Amino acid sequence: MLFLPILIPFAAGILGIFFWYKPNLQRWTTLIGMVALLIVSVMIFNTVWADGIQVAQGGSWVAPIGISLVIDLLSAILLLTAAILGTAVAVYSFGAIGDQRAAYGYFPLLCFLLMGICGAFITGDMFNLYVWFEVMLISSFVLLALGGERNQLEGALKYMTINLIASMIFLIGLGILYSVVGTLNMADIAKSLPDVQNQGMVLPMAMLFMTAFGIKAAMFPLYFWLPASYHTPPPVISAIFAGLLTKVGIYTLTRAFTLMFILHVEFTHTLLLVMSGFTMFFGVLGAVAQNEIRRILSFHSISQIGYMMMGLGLYSVMGLAGAIIYMVHHSLVKANLFLISGVIEHMTGTDSLKKIGGYYKNYPFLAILFALSAFALAGIPPLSGFWAKFAVVRAGLELESLWIVGVALVVGLLTTFSMTKIWAKGFWKPTPEKYAHLVDASARGPVSMIAPIIGLVVITLAMGIFFEPIYTVAEVAAEQLLDPSAYISAVNPQDFTALGGHE
Amino acid sequence: MFSLLFRTATRFLFPLMIVFSIFVLFRGHNAPGGGFIGGLVGAAGFALYIIAFGTEQARTAMRFSRRLYMAIGLTLMLGSGLVSLLAGDAFMTTQWYSIQIPVLGKLGTPAIFDTGVYLAVIGVTMIILMSLAED
Repeated sequence: MLFLPILIPFAAGILGIFFWYKPNLQRWTTLIGMVALLIVSVMIFNTVWADGIQVAQGGSWVAPIGISLVIDLLSAILLLTAAILGTAVAVYSFGAIGDQRAAYGYFPLLCFLLMGICGAFITGDMFNLYVWFEVMLISSFVLLALGGERNQLEGALKYMTINLIASMIFLIGLGILYSVVGTLNMADIAKSLPDVQNQGMVLPMAMLFMTAFGIKAAMFPLYFWLPASYHTPPPVISAIFAGLLTKVGIYTLTRAFTLMFILHVEFTHTLLLVMSGFTMFFGVLGAVAQNEIRRILSFHSISQIGYMMMGLGLYSVMGLAGAIIYMVHHSLVKANLFLISGVIEHMTGTDSLKKIGGYYKNYPFLAILFALSAFALAGIPPLSGFWAKFAVVRAGLELESLWIVGVALVVGLLTTFSMTKIWAKGFWKPTPEKYAHLVDASARGPVSMIAPIIGLVVITLAMGIFFEPIYTVAEVAAEQLLDPSAYISAVNPQDFTALGGHE
Repeated sequence: MFSLLFRTATRFLFPLMIVFSIFVLFRGHNAPGGGFIGGLVGAAGFALYIIAFGTEQARTAMRFSRRLYMAIGLTLMLGSGLVSLLAGDAFMTTQWYSIQIPVLGKLGTPAIFDTGVYLAVIGVTMIILMSLAED
């Protein structure tokens, strides 16, 4: 059962390769795979909610020898988010991805990307995590470069280079970790790290992992690859990247700095907090300066990553709960905004704010969908973003980290400002006369593109309105994170030497 | 580029290399070898074929499309993991059967997995090589 989130996308991807020359069949196998993934994720979430942390040992090997899959509440929540987004994107691709792009293997790659993401969320083994990172990196690189337009290749190259460097740092960290602790099972590392003889190595190791995961998550000062690449591929691909890939980085940061590297909280988490402040601030400044919808959204992603890191850096139940809600909220809303920008591009062929306008007049329904998502992102009550920000800021106030709270509030204001910019220029102002020929008032986005947007907006609204149960879930997840002993005892790593191994 | 010597030699070398690649594949479990390196040796055989006879001929020699190799390989890998579920074990638990096959040895799911790797590696390598050769 716990293997299914990996196996289902894998099987769907293989089917896609079998039907290489039948794009329509690929569309359906992908959709069926994603829906199956969604159902399985809901079931897993229910199980984890009812019975606590779930563990499966690959190949029936005892931990720490084999690869453990561990699903705690955080993993289950993110798995569910990934499945929701995967389904939305699969539906959206019916309209957005033509046969030409499908001929390059878009659908199998999408499935393999989802496999990598799900794998990273549920693995309990550091090296296995590295493997999932590579799976994600390869498929996302091809997805970025697919179609081979000039700026796409440029973006893909930047993305590939910086991510390969991140992988290398990760690998170096893994090597040191294995030589110091002698195990790669996360629970086993958490168990043995306090007793390691060479304590001087623990902090440098933690810093290596923070750098590697920080690059993946687009943390200050290593975020520059994100705005350089996210706006280049088709919007639907940007959507899945912005929605899920950076979340994997944040997830691994959270996992590493709540489970394993908690011996120097004073230093590491303060550093995370400071970095989160810079990330938020510079991300939003970048957004304010941009003029294309998708570039604005890319820079926003960075500043929002800052809020999630802030929750992690505060390292309290409320902070982490806020960060978890933020991850889910941001995945859905940000992906949705990219999908909407995709509809705009689909209708006019550009997303430059200088060229478009009058969307409110011509497409009021689309405008409302956009407004709801944008306000949710900016944090207007009672939408989901408000509660997520509220929880993080409240946690900051409780711990009396007033400066970070100040930064967060200013950034919130700037976020609203830049969202208003898209609203005012794209939707409100009349269409510039020079580009009037681009706007065709009768043009409509295909149903398959609008339907997932509506679905995501409904989920966002529901998250805002039924906030209490969601916060309860997030709080329990955060408590699980702050108490690694439950995780360790669930995996129950055996003593390696007792199993017949040697030093 | 036509060379009679090279073509004649390839006619003899090619089957040898394929047989050798299968040998490497199956000796892999307990000795050096295995699906990945076997697949590379096999792909090297086809690469020789490309150089001697060109991509069109090599395509015919492969019989199935390169993507089919890849897809069947991946399916075998997935399938070898699923076998254990039928037996009631966790995913990817190795299943050994007491049937002895001459030369190859004991039958078990690792052999299926390795065969999957073998096919996938041939498929991918040939996709890469042929796109380079056709450019």
